[in-house]
Amino acid sequence: MAHQILQYMLSGLSTGAIYSLIGIGFAIIYNSTGIINFAQGEFVMLGGMLTYVFLALFDFPLPAAMGLAVVLTTAVGVVFERLAIRPLRNATPLSLVIITIGGSILIRGIAMLQFGKDTHAIPAFSSNEPLTLAGATVLPQHLWILGITLCIIAVNRFFFFHTINGKAMRACSHNRRAASLVGIGVKRMVLISFAISSAMGSVAGIITAPLTMTSYDVGIMLGLKGFCAAIIGGMSSGIGTVFGGLLLGVLESLGAGLISSGYKDAIAFIILLLILFIRPQGLFRKAETERV
Amino acid sequence: MVSVFSSAASAAPPIRIGGLFAVTGPASFLGEPERKTLEMMVRDINARGGINGSRIDLFIYDTQGDATKAVQLATKLIRNDKVVAIIGPSTTGETMAVLNVAEKERVPLVSCAAGIKITQPVRKWIFKTPANDHVAAEKIFSYMSKRKQRKIALLTVSDSYGASGREQLKELAARKGFTLVADEVYSPKDTDMTPQLTKIRGAKPDGIICWGTNPGPAVVTRNVKQLAISIPLYQSHGVASKKYIELSGAAAAEGVILPAGKLAVYDILPKSDRQLKTLREYDQAYRKAFGVEASTFGGYAYDGLLLIVNAIKKSGAAPVSIRNGIEQTRNMVGVSGVFNMSPADHNGLDLSAFEMVRITKGDWVLIR
Repeated sequence: MAHQILQYMLSGLSTGAIYSLIGIGFAIIYNSTGIINFAQGEFVMLGGMLTYVFLALFDFPLPAAMGLAVVLTTAVGVVFERLAIRPLRNATPLSLVIITIGGSILIRGIAMLQFGKDTHAIPAFSSNEPLTLAGATVLPQHLWILGITLCIIAVNRFFFFHTINGKAMRACSHNRRAASLVGIGVKRMVLISFAISSAMGSVAGIITAPLTMTSYDVGIMLGLKGFCAAIIGGMSSGIGTVFGGLLLGVLESLGAGLISSGYKDAIAFIILLLILFIRPQGLFRKAETERV
Repeated sequence: MVSVFSSAASAAPPIRIGGLFAVTGPASFLGEPERKTLEMMVRDINARGGINGSRIDLFIYDTQGDATKAVQLATKLIRNDKVVAIIGPSTTGETMAVLNVAEKERVPLVSCAAGIKITQPVRKWIFKTPANDHVAAEKIFSYMSKRKQRKIALLTVSDSYGASGREQLKELAARKGFTLVADEVYSPKDTDMTPQLTKIRGAKPDGIICWGTNPGPAVVTRNVKQLAISIPLYQSHGVASKKYIELSGAAAAEGVILPAGKLAVYDILPKSDRQLKTLREYDQAYRKAFGVEASTFGGYAYDGLLLIVNAIKKSGAAPVSIRNGIEQTRNMVGVSGVFNMSPADHNGLDLSAFEMVRITKGDWVLIR
């Protein structure tokens, strides 16, 4: 039983790492614009699908294909912000959220027409031989996922706390108006936030594709799970969402193993609802009081 | 008067046949090859001068896998397009919804869905071409009992294909004296089944039976390898395509055993097999027309049209004569098997529709 639990935990942590990465993408855009970008899942899909396209159709080596996929997805994120978000800067957050949903359907539709409806696999970064760990097993790809996720989170933290652009973005998230009064280009920060989160989304899509495979419609579910992670973490673009994602992954996996696998997705969404009812500010954040 | 006769002699009125397929939506992996197959065949038949001198007019609608749409479109096919027979729908859920329309309007319907409920109990106007799921399940069970594997674990997908398979497997397992030690499910879009498999491993079954269509079973196959589980893994006929091996990776798929429709494995069938010629011709024509290998699912539509065409040749193009003609079908060699219809059996396939195969070095090997 002990190594069964360990296996559930390990499976949960590796899935959870992905949820975290996607969740942080949600949080970054939310913090700089106040909107939830429901096209985030499509960036994840584009990362995986574009890597496959470069690998299979153009015969690129894996690192080059991955690099190009990240660059292209980031470009899509930037164009999306330019064409769909910026022209409507004075719209209410609600209509912007609806626009992101429309954008996600559009991106998914184009991907379906361009790349077809098939599921595709991309090769693992290193060997496919499982590693044994106290009776449980993991694949080298899981270690890649954990490692790359940690790196990205570290870089992210460095960017937000130790660079001028990162600090400016945090300023925008606290108070947009005040930030623009001290000379921060809020519009530019919004653009950067879209660029960062689409790049992060695509990396999440690429590192999971060797394990989970990819197709034009993987973005929907992954996007929702990432959104759950961000909600649990109180929409923080740091440690809160990372824990949110890991917690979600582990609970899903334990729930599937110990209770019933039929309820796996239900568990995620019950947690989401509970958090929204009981602690809408997230598990790790103090309640904010609005001062007038 | 004269002109009527002469035109009847030179051009008989076209025969109107309808198709209802889930061309887009979640079941598009079924509907798309079905539509393509039907269009390809009708083009071919018309180029050769039609059936008894009448060309076929084909009306195909996309149901998007939606039962409500399927019912509306079936009514449209019958009332507006005045078709004499319908091929489809693609899924069991849609077919169950459309049954009553066809029964009420007295138009023969040849479904491309596998659910056993479609033809049991037998309904006068309803037929289907895929073999029942339980035929595939029986193949697996007879293989397992020969090897004294008595304890089974199920891992099925939570859509209609998996739910129907799970029902049949459980019922059949109880009847044949197997012990069910684990009964797990996964959702069609799940990307990690290690929790379910860890639980299954704890239950120590003699064999794991996975029931789903791609990509789920490929994830299961990879996870089995990842967890270093050495229990034999059985898959359903739903993954009998090279795509499954490609997605799982040849190394992970090594040793997986499944009942496969003969189309997937025709190049390793013995020369004496009656279906060999039909299978090869269909696959080659499909490859030529669309550039990809033919799928078992497209074969369901192939057989549907073949049944209807043969019935028209034999007994005429009115709905009732088509229905009677299909019911009298004997020894018709199709893609899914050799059909022998009767008033008590509106499917007409038996255990010989499937071959048990093992995946070895990324390819199929027949188990005799």
